[in-house]
Amino acid sequence: MGIMTEAEAKTILDKVLKLSTADECTAQLTGSIEGNIRFALNNVSTSGVVSDTNLGVSVAFGRRVGTASTNDFSDASLARAVKRAEELARLAPENPEFVPAVEKQVYKPSSTFSAATAAITPEQRAEIAMASIAPCRAKNLIAAGFLNDEQSFVAFANSKGAFGYQRSTDMDYTCTVRTADGRGSGWVARSLQDSTSFKPASDIEIAMRKASASAEAQALEPGKYTVILEPAAASGLISFMFNFFDARQADEGRSFLSKKGGGNKLGEQVYDPRVTFMSDPWHPELAVLPWDATGRAREKMAMVENGKIANLIYTPYWAQKQGKPVVGRPGNIIMSGGTKSTADLVRETERGILVTRTWYIRMVDPQTVLLTGLTRDGTFYIENGQLKYPLKNFRFNESPVIMLNNIDELGRPVRVGEGMPMMIPPMRVRDFTFTSLSDAV
Amino acid sequence: MDRRQFLAACGIGAGGVLLPGFGQAIAAEQLIETMDVAVKKRLADAALTAAKAAGASYCDVRVGRYLRQFILTREANVQGVTNTESSGVGVRVIANGAWGFAATNNMSPESVAQTARLAVAIAKANSKNQTAPVQLAPTKGVGEVKWATPIRRNGMEVSLQEKVDLLMRVNGAALKAGANFVNSSLFLINEQKYFASSDGSFIDQDVHRVWAPFTVTAIDKASGKFRSREGLSAPMGMGYEYLDPKAEDKVLSPNGIISYNKSYDMVEDAQAAAVQAREKLTAKSVKPGRYDLVLDPNHLGLTIHESIGHPLELDRVLGYEANFAGTSFATLDKRESRFQYGNEIVNVFADKVQPGSLGAVGFDDEGIKTKSWPLIQGGKLVDYQTTRDQAHILGKTESDGCSYADSWSTVQFQRMPNVSLEPGKKPLSLADMIGNVENGIYILGRGSFSIDQQRYNAQFGGTLFYEIKDGKITQPLEDVAYQMRTPEFWNACSAICDERDYRLFGSFFDGKGQPSQVSAVSHGSSTTRFDGINVINTARSLG
Repeated sequence: MGIMTEAEAKTILDKVLKLSTADECTAQLTGSIEGNIRFALNNVSTSGVVSDTNLGVSVAFGRRVGTASTNDFSDASLARAVKRAEELARLAPENPEFVPAVEKQVYKPSSTFSAATAAITPEQRAEIAMASIAPCRAKNLIAAGFLNDEQSFVAFANSKGAFGYQRSTDMDYTCTVRTADGRGSGWVARSLQDSTSFKPASDIEIAMRKASASAEAQALEPGKYTVILEPAAASGLISFMFNFFDARQADEGRSFLSKKGGGNKLGEQVYDPRVTFMSDPWHPELAVLPWDATGRAREKMAMVENGKIANLIYTPYWAQKQGKPVVGRPGNIIMSGGTKSTADLVRETERGILVTRTWYIRMVDPQTVLLTGLTRDGTFYIENGQLKYPLKNFRFNESPVIMLNNIDELGRPVRVGEGMPMMIPPMRVRDFTFTSLSDAV
Repeated sequence: MDRRQFLAACGIGAGGVLLPGFGQAIAAEQLIETMDVAVKKRLADAALTAAKAAGASYCDVRVGRYLRQFILTREANVQGVTNTESSGVGVRVIANGAWGFAATNNMSPESVAQTARLAVAIAKANSKNQTAPVQLAPTKGVGEVKWATPIRRNGMEVSLQEKVDLLMRVNGAALKAGANFVNSSLFLINEQKYFASSDGSFIDQDVHRVWAPFTVTAIDKASGKFRSREGLSAPMGMGYEYLDPKAEDKVLSPNGIISYNKSYDMVEDAQAAAVQAREKLTAKSVKPGRYDLVLDPNHLGLTIHESIGHPLELDRVLGYEANFAGTSFATLDKRESRFQYGNEIVNVFADKVQPGSLGAVGFDDEGIKTKSWPLIQGGKLVDYQTTRDQAHILGKTESDGCSYADSWSTVQFQRMPNVSLEPGKKPLSLADMIGNVENGIYILGRGSFSIDQQRYNAQFGGTLFYEIKDGKITQPLEDVAYQMRTPEFWNACSAICDERDYRLFGSFFDGKGQPSQVSAVSHGSSTTRFDGINVINTARSLG
């Protein structure tokens, strides 16, 4: 089935709401058609298309909640799903943190859909794979990559009159290129909502160039260095940090945003004044649904403004308990920056290290958001604005909180894939801490 | 995928409509239902016949019913109870020398036959750009057989009330012992898998797994400091009997820390965790430098997983995972030259048969009877992990049985079996091992872990750290992480406790592949000593 029209979805949701005898009922339909192609060793290894549609029904009797789901949309099946949710709700323990379903909301649509992305065919996927593989074969390089494209829809309605329907598309491409002797490795990634601007033939050049250029890597003593982090390299650290923007964790004293003696750091200067993070469901390159998982309308809001904590993330329960307004949970993060590209930042750097990508990032100490991870697929020494020579990879132990206090310059934000949707600029950062060398290529 | 990502995928805690990450939400009583084997065989026969007629030279069919129950709590609250079922049929074929795969959740013989024909069409399309045909290691069909995890109590049959009561007792014990916060959970998994192939195998398996993790947090409001202590349990390939504690399964360290073997006292561990979390708030910050490390099995398992298990996956070695998980330093020439991976006392074996382990099954997901085999002998690299289409690359005549798919809807590929360190051959107790260390650190439990894409450079934290001075455990330590280069680390292994100390560690959601699939795997070891390992201090100040 995959994708339903608004009218088809509304018909099903209305039937479900009518069937329920609970105090309140929320129903959500989701559907997607996801295509992918994977290649390695210059050959396509797997490819496929997965189509899925699902209905979730959540009902409440008082504070007792039950949920059921189905992918069969016949009248009998809808009735079974509602009945099962109601049976489960009657058996469930009371949830002391229960918050009633949202009232009717007004959603301003966001541009999450691209007809071009939705129209990608298996043949196009194969062409993209071959556009990555063929130039590598010709230069005795080895490509391994993955393309995933998706079109989806979400429709939800509740017994209080809230209703929303929207379609979305996404496309993520990554490719790793290695030299035949395994001594050099480069990488490129592209995350787009609209595939029309995707140019695999020029993207693969980036990975090929980095692979060839990184083959004679030299060792540099670990320590604190000025680094230029490409957006993909910085985003891994920054997205980890946003896991700790939860207001409840901060208020409970178990977050880097907790204050000594109690309370949280809302309004306090935590980063360099040039650091601003916004959430904006209508951002032209990073649009997300205008409502959150609870159906609350999202708003454009600052999370960090000029280095100060402007907002924390409150669950509806915690907002009510703390006397805060209940607002939609942010769906994306957009970091402010300047106009320069990574190449511009390199040109203006006297001495430093260019990091293409960070890898296997894990939390070491949540108290300070100290993270460890490694550089990968293209690490270079910069001298007088030039990439002088490739470097062996490093392990870093660094906190994004400290990193965002050591900013030298921010470039032009770009959309990055994986995890939370983000726009992150390339950035030059002082005193980034590398703690050991890695022999990995 | 780790647990955090997994919970996010489940939508748990989102406060909206709960859409389980795996299949359909069902009632608890449906978790104990099974499918009739005759029905499964009819579906399999439909696929095998259709695939052959469409031109497949090989076909395997997996009729799967995957059941999961998750219970999440914090303090006195049950945050969520989720029961899910995912059922369907996956068909894999070889046609024109290429693989093809298709899956359907419509479990009618007509739909399954149609899916088999689609798999053949995909195989034929894939064959056009293929440079070499698939070579399957031969295997004889085993006919109609059954295998089941030897559980004593099916967790799915235990009432929800009993499970919630246990977690509430756990949370109560932690809070009473001084914890500020406690999260505890219970994860139960049952894979009802039917495998059939054109080789003449019809294998019905019933696989069970259990995991009961918790996190206890202590806070010092005045200083703003907080510390957590995770539970010391291991996820196991067992039934609910794992949560029925037995005295003989407890292991006591010289400083009174209780670890667990084949059963687990979750309430006792939560109580200890609260005391230890508070101790961690004022523990001495480690002085960086080189130490002799004494690593408990519940910690060492993760180090084995990352630095031996993953680098010896043959698909990584060959380059098939280059774009995501990476490749491996343990290249094929190192097997030829019998590379000195570790000290001569280091013997590592792979298996899918250890009782109670997460990897234990009768047959893998391409119908190969499971076994045990050496990976490292006398410190030297001797073997890898293979599936049927990889065996020929090593000159082997049979697969090692390492094929696994996390769902009927995903294609099976090479996954890590249990990978374990053999116990020391000479009698050595934990107390004697610690008694021989002059300047060391005793580490228990899992902490942060990170390793590079070829598995050379790794950094590991832990749950509990204790200073060892002149053969005695003197005090708790904090801010400890050790950095290592894989071959140097395993060559620095100087002593392994004997089999009396052998226990299993487990990884419940191990991610691999694109699109990513999860698997569960155990790692056995006895407490082991490593000399002169580089320890860093991880304390930082945010000003």
